[in-house]
Amino acid sequence: MPPSPPTRANSAASEYDGPPDFRVIGRHGVFPETSHDEIERINFLAQMNRHLAARVVPGVKAAYDARVAPGFAARHQRPIANRHEARKAMLDDPAFATWSALRRMTMEQRQQAGRWTVIRQRAALNARARALTQGDDRLVLDPALEIPRYVAAVDHHCMPGSYHTEYAPDDVTNGANYDHAGFVTTGGLLGKYSDGGGHAVVQWVRRHLPDFAPRKILELGGTVGHSSLPLAQAFPEAELTIVDLGAPMLRYALARAKSLGIDNIRLVQASAEDLRARFADQSFDWVQTTMFLHELSTRALRNIFAESHRLLRPGGIVLHVEQPQYRPDMPLFEQAMRDWDAFYNNEPFWSRMHEMDLDAEMIRAGFAADRLIHGDVYGVVDRELFPDAALDTTEDYGRKAAWHVIGAVA
Amino acid sequence: MSFADALDQAGAKPAGKRPWFLEPQVEKVLAITMTLAQELAVVHQRADTLERLLRAKGLLAEGEIDAFAPDAAASAERQMWNQEFIARVLRIVQQDNEAAVMPDEATSGEIADDLAEPGEA
Repeated sequence: MPPSPPTRANSAASEYDGPPDFRVIGRHGVFPETSHDEIERINFLAQMNRHLAARVVPGVKAAYDARVAPGFAARHQRPIANRHEARKAMLDDPAFATWSALRRMTMEQRQQAGRWTVIRQRAALNARARALTQGDDRLVLDPALEIPRYVAAVDHHCMPGSYHTEYAPDDVTNGANYDHAGFVTTGGLLGKYSDGGGHAVVQWVRRHLPDFAPRKILELGGTVGHSSLPLAQAFPEAELTIVDLGAPMLRYALARAKSLGIDNIRLVQASAEDLRARFADQSFDWVQTTMFLHELSTRALRNIFAESHRLLRPGGIVLHVEQPQYRPDMPLFEQAMRDWDAFYNNEPFWSRMHEMDLDAEMIRAGFAADRLIHGDVYGVVDRELFPDAALDTTEDYGRKAAWHVIGAVA
Repeated sequence: MSFADALDQAGAKPAGKRPWFLEPQVEKVLAITMTLAQELAVVHQRADTLERLLRAKGLLAEGEIDAFAPDAAASAERQMWNQEFIARVLRIVQQDNEAAVMPDEATSGEIADDLAEPGEA
């Protein structure tokens, strides 16, 4: 019997489970132009991450259970005691080593792919950003700003030049790379404008703090505004200020926001550790960070918590959105896998941050123990086009759009 | 010039010493292989795009590619392309197999030593 002809698009579409085509991503005035092949490179790399998470990680887990943990127990006459022992034991296992090598090189390929697209059109992109931002006093840059070691020493997520490096006057290269090709890592879980995290925060606030009507909102480490702009959109009467270390991020953020018709924003290049020269005490109703704390250091986190306390008016709120903390009931395998980004994807503070007692740090910063906030949020996206993180059962340790909220009412 | 900048800078090494998970030479080969897999996917999608555009314009009928039967000359050209391609890709295997039956073959450095005059280092 001849093989049946392939079924047509409808059934393939209903059967398909995976990242959307990159072509559904939302474009704006400074979004880089992407050729057919550049789009397909991004699609391939997003599928690589999906494949590694959905089809290779189960084998890594099986090898851990069958070989790594029993082997450690036999050698040491005791079980693996913590996530560091688990990770180090796995390094000698071919399943973990092969998965790690592939995951690392997928990130490196993604950076090269995104940088190629942006650098080849850098002059045009910078001109577009300049046309949108020139003379706009809502963008305040500080060329003398010293980049702290926790950002300067290691390029986060293997992104060459990180958030701050500039290659030309008025440069937006690294902002454009970060924006358009982040899809490779998120696989569309953050939605059309990579803003599912921001929409999730807004939804959480509306549900839990229905009477909250902020006028002054501050997002620390807001980069190109992915998670920040939904706040500005949700509260049009408010003014949102984004603080970031990186000038290429902030230039790009302003151009992007304006081209999307969002005008109630300001952008300030500064270290969030010390904003005394920029903002007086009690200047804000709301201080927000989204997937930011893990890129700091212990000292910086404490400084930033203290700054957020200083900057909030009484009754204002601070919310930090992060991947969940390590707790004793989280299996050591999961902890070790979540630690991968700390050791192998240039996110050096990830591991230590996720074991910190954040409640204690909030109290240390001056917040009252009985006014702390805890919650869970999932990326909020257009479900017609994008996967729903709350329903997605694929575990891509540390990268899924499912986060924990820790915060406080000042 | 933007192309030259992209060529120079797109593959910049990120700050922070790179971890190696496999024997480094093996991991390099795997990295090269995965980049080629990426580029193969890109070429595949480009061919698929072309087919869909040709179908949409009525230049290619449904099933025409699967039903395609090259004539003898085209068939020979295509099979020769396959042979050439495989021979290029597997050159190292072929050369290593050649070497396997030449256990006494000298290296270039050994020949250089042989050719050296007395007193030459």
